Amino acid sequence: MKKYIWPSIKLTLFMVLVLAVLYPSLIAAVSKVAPGQGKGKTVAVNGKVVGYENVGQRFTEDKYFNGRPSAVNYNAAGSGGSNKAASNTDYQKTVQERIDTFLAHNPGVKKEDIPAELVTASGSGLDPDISPAAALIQVKRVAAVRHLSETKLMTLVSDHTERPLMGIAGPSKVNVLKLNLALDTLK
Amino acid sequence: MTGVILTFIITLVIAFPLGKYIAKVFQGERTFTDFLNPVERFIYRICGIDPHKEMNWKQHMAALLSINLVWLIYAFFILLFQSHLPLNPDGNPDMTPDLAFNTAISFLVNCNLQHYSGESGLTYFSQLFVITFLQFVSAATGVAAVAVLFKAFAEKTTEKLGNFFVFFTKTITRILLPLSIIMAIILVFNGTPASFDGKDSIVTVQGDSVQVSRGPAAGMIAIKHLGTNGGGWYGANSAHPLENPNYFTNTVEIVAQVILPMALIFAFGFFIRRRKLGYVIFGVMTAGMLTLMIPNLISEISGNPVLGHMGLKDITAMEGKEVRIGVPASAYWQVMTTIISTGSVNSMHDSSMPLSGAMQMLGMMTNCFYGGKGVGLLNYFIFLIIAVFISGLMVGRTPEFMGRKVEAREMKIAAIIALFHPFLVLVGTALSAYFAAHHPQIAWSVQPSAWLNNPSNHGFSEMLYEYTSSSANNGSGFEGLADNNIFWNISTGIVMILGRFIPIIGPVAIAGILAKKKYIPESAGTLQTDTATFGIMTYAVIMIVAALAFFPALTLGPIAEYFQSF
Repeated sequence: MKKYIWPSIKLTLFMVLVLAVLYPSLIAAVSKVAPGQGKGKTVAVNGKVVGYENVGQRFTEDKYFNGRPSAVNYNAAGSGGSNKAASNTDYQKTVQERIDTFLAHNPGVKKEDIPAELVTASGSGLDPDISPAAALIQVKRVAAVRHLSETKLMTLVSDHTERPLMGIAGPSKVNVLKLNLALDTLK
Repeated sequence: MTGVILTFIITLVIAFPLGKYIAKVFQGERTFTDFLNPVERFIYRICGIDPHKEMNWKQHMAALLSINLVWLIYAFFILLFQSHLPLNPDGNPDMTPDLAFNTAISFLVNCNLQHYSGESGLTYFSQLFVITFLQFVSAATGVAAVAVLFKAFAEKTTEKLGNFFVFFTKTITRILLPLSIIMAIILVFNGTPASFDGKDSIVTVQGDSVQVSRGPAAGMIAIKHLGTNGGGWYGANSAHPLENPNYFTNTVEIVAQVILPMALIFAFGFFIRRRKLGYVIFGVMTAGMLTLMIPNLISEISGNPVLGHMGLKDITAMEGKEVRIGVPASAYWQVMTTIISTGSVNSMHDSSMPLSGAMQMLGMMTNCFYGGKGVGLLNYFIFLIIAVFISGLMVGRTPEFMGRKVEAREMKIAAIIALFHPFLVLVGTALSAYFAAHHPQIAWSVQPSAWLNNPSNHGFSEMLYEYTSSSANNGSGFEGLADNNIFWNISTGIVMILGRFIPIIGPVAIAGILAKKKYIPESAGTLQTDTATFGIMTYAVIMIVAALAFFPALTLGPIAEYFQSF
């Protein structure tokens, strides 16, 4: 083995230079012309950054469309899921509580109509999206709080619905941050 | 579902020509990347490597182990002192020695088990100089090892099996680096960060003060998939919306992790000029993939019955999953990432349905349906040799593979390798289950009673999954397990390093020994190994060995959980 150690060390040093210095620098340089300049795409209101387009944030107030439960409370300094198993009885209690809370905040909604994603935590804890169904079920509440017409909000949701890739692949979704910012500008 | 089927088709369409290209690269034939020739000659010259000096299998393994030893020491010390090194805008601390031991091994062996979270456990320096670097070189190590197998069966009788350093260098310059650059640029244009800025502090619309972790992630995320490594930049891996921003990037990432393992199978067929053998191997592996994929898709798509019991009509299994990815693409990823040893995740496996968990574990237990970079084919080769031997006995002929007799010595190695993986997994699981059950309050920093995130059978599955993932060098986890403590760091570290090098040395040794033997021309009495019949035989051997060894453990874990809960 001894005769291979020296070439190994030299090859390692060379590869460190290529793979850990040149390669990431090249990608960082290219990212300067990408949306967000490689720092993540931000969303600003009146010149002030209020969030990242792709990073979910906490929306729990009744006047906003709410996002999904999060195991890290939407603090993007970290990330992660609950890692709870469906068979775990403590977990089942948590889900039951979420259902009850949702029903309390959304009078008139039938329990069976609650979309599963609104009572289950996402994988990253930073899921920026909900499904169109999960947005629509909140229209009644938001409309009541804001004194807006439900049809207007339904149009807003449908305008913010992103369709599947090429129309066939993947789910339809609504970015909660963008939807709520548009909601704030609505008269 | 359409998305999932399309994804598989795209993978196949890319993998086939890529396999042809890889075969040409290792044969030294002309390719469109020949403009890199001077670069490679320069590398050989400054590193003191004679590219024309061919090695036998033992010299190959000596070179492989030497350079891996250098990397292990290098990585361990950087992790240990990372807070004193540059590029640490978030002020993250040094790793503890046991965590550095675990992490250095984990990335050295292409496993990428992570007992830390990227946001707080590493600096940008160690993300690039340790993690990204090892993701490239460990993948290239696997490919260089399987190239020995290619060489061994391409010639009639030979000891000269090419040069390790040449295979290694060419894998990086001609395959991994160009593909990674393309993929990283795709990711960057879809919103994955690539700049060196530290955490951002923002006040959200509702008025919460939060921080957002960023960093030069795109390049690492590219090689993490292309190299079947799997370790994420962020804690949530490819479930994280910056690591995997949309359905398109999700497709790119899942295609990227499967193309090279698949391409290597085709490359094998082209290289040894027996395409049909390549196709039969591909067929068996695809059948194996489907055996796990179909139940997993059904189990995930049918949803979580517990939600139904609570009175919901929509019972989609969304716990641990992301809306932009959805259930089918998450389920497809769960199986692909476990059969090919990537171990990156776009959903939390711990929260998947019990039978899906069983399929994910079976993927790592068999560990050869496409399999990890290079090592998948090496693992398959072991089962193939066993199948040759058993079929030979069944028809009463001397077992032969590719014109060489398979004799006692090779069979002993194959049997040891086939049993070694279950040995590591089951002994590890038994040991941890013993402590969890009988010494829950033992005076360790994290007591065994606090290890498990879920009770009962699922808790057992968390431990079983951890050792299966370590030994298979997969790296995914039932992440509820509290694994950053001395017991788990050390025990899985040992399992990972054994689970890497023994299963590389074994098959390479068999190939080297067979290559040296006298070549017997094929006759009417030769066992044909490139037929469907022999393919079915190999499939049966894989299933029987995996099922017999692991079935009792699976029964205690996911299978019992399924029958008790639903």
